[in-house]
Amino acid sequence: MVAATLALIHALLLVGIAAWTIAARRTFAAVVGFVAYGLLLSIAWVVLSAIDVALTEAAIGSGLTGVLLIGAAARLRATETAISVERPGPSLRWLAALTSAAVAGAIAIAVLSLPDPAPTLAPAVAQYMSVTGLGNAVTVVLLAYRALDTLLESIVVVFALIGVWSLAPDRVWGGRPGPLHEADPNGILAYLARLLPPIGIIVGLYIFWIGADLPGGKFQGATILAAMWLLVMMAGLTDAPPISRTWLRILLVAGPLVFIAIGFAGALTAGAVLAYPDEYAKLLIKVIEAALMPTLVLTLALLVAGAPERTARR
Amino acid sequence: MSVPTLYGLCAAALIGLGLYGVLTNPQPLRKILAFNLIGNGVFLLFGVIARRGAAAGFGGDPVPHGLLITGIVVAFSATALAVALLLRLFQATGTATLTDDQPAKAETDGRYL
Repeated sequence: MVAATLALIHALLLVGIAAWTIAARRTFAAVVGFVAYGLLLSIAWVVLSAIDVALTEAAIGSGLTGVLLIGAAARLRATETAISVERPGPSLRWLAALTSAAVAGAIAIAVLSLPDPAPTLAPAVAQYMSVTGLGNAVTVVLLAYRALDTLLESIVVVFALIGVWSLAPDRVWGGRPGPLHEADPNGILAYLARLLPPIGIIVGLYIFWIGADLPGGKFQGATILAAMWLLVMMAGLTDAPPISRTWLRILLVAGPLVFIAIGFAGALTAGAVLAYPDEYAKLLIKVIEAALMPTLVLTLALLVAGAPERTARR
Repeated sequence: MSVPTLYGLCAAALIGLGLYGVLTNPQPLRKILAFNLIGNGVFLLFGVIARRGAAAGFGGDPVPHGLLITGIVVAFSATALAVALLLRLFQATGTATLTDDQPAKAETDGRYL
C-alpha cells in the first residue's frame, strides 16, 4: 500500500515537472526542469526493475542531454524574445491540445487493455545466459541475443558525430569543436574539474567492468568517463582535440570495426554472423566491449562538444 | 491499479505533453525538448511492457531493457545532431526561427559560409 502511494506521488511529480518543461516561459528554466525530470524518470526505471536502464537514463537521458540543452539554451538566449511572437493563436493551441489529449487517451486505453499474461522473451534470454557465462541478462541481450542492434547502434552514434562535424563552416573544417571554454582558474568549476575526475574515472571503469554480471556496462561507464572529460574541457583545463587528428579518427571507428570483424568471424567459427563459439563467448564479448569503450567515450563527449568552430591552432 | 499500469498511464501523459509542446512552441530548442518527452514516454511504455513480462527469475523482460538502452543512446545522438543543426542555423542567420519569411542577413554576405 505504501509502495503504491509512493509510486502515485512519484508519477504525479514526474508528469508535473514534464508539464513544467512544456509550459515554462524561459527556455533555460524548462531545460533545468528537464534535468530534474530525467532524474525522476530514472527512479521510475528502478521501480520497474530496470536498473540498467535507470543507470543509462540518469547518465545519458538526464546528464548528457541536460548539458547539451543547457549549453544550447545559453547560446540561443538572445533569439528567444523575437521567436516567442510566432506562438500560434488560441484556436490552434486548443486544436493541438485536443489532438495531444486524444493521442494520450488512445495510448492510455491501450495500456489498460494490455494482454494478460504478458508475452515475454525472458526464458529465451535465460537460455543464452547459461551459454555465454555472463551474469547480467541485459548485457547478454545487448551482445549476444540482439547483438545486431548494438552493432548498428555503435555505428549510428559515429554517423551522428559525422553529421554534427559536417556542419562546420569550411574555414574551420578539421578544427576544434565548440567555443573555447574559459573559467576562473580558482573557481568552483575548476576545483571540481580537478577533484572529481579521479573518482569519476574509477566509477566509470568499475561500472563498465561489472556490466558482465551486474547492472552496468559500456554505455553507462562510457557516459561517466565522457562526462569527466567534458567537465575538464568546460573548466578550461584542457581543450577539445581538433577533429582532423588521426588518433581520434582511428579510435572512433575502431570499436565498430572490431565488432564487425568478430561478428563476421562468427560466420566461420560458430556458423552464423554475430554468433560466438561457446567456449570463447565471454572472452569475445569482453573484447568487443573493451573496443567499443573508447569509441563511445569519444563519440558521446564530442557529440556534446558540437561542430568545429575554431581552427586547430589556439 | 497496479504500479506498472500507473506508469503506463504516466507514459501516455508524457507523450501527450510532448506532442503538445512540439506542435505549439515556436522555439526550436523547446521542440527538441518536447520531442524528447515523447521519446521518454514511448520508452517508459516499453519499460512497463517489459515489467509485465517478468519471468524466469528476472524482474522484467531483459530484451526490451537491452533495446531501451540502445534507444536512449540513439535518442541522445539524434538530439545532439538536432541541437548542432540549430546552432549552425543561428550562426548562419543570427536567429533560430523556423519560419522561412525572415531575411537571412549574414548568409547573403557569405561571412559564415
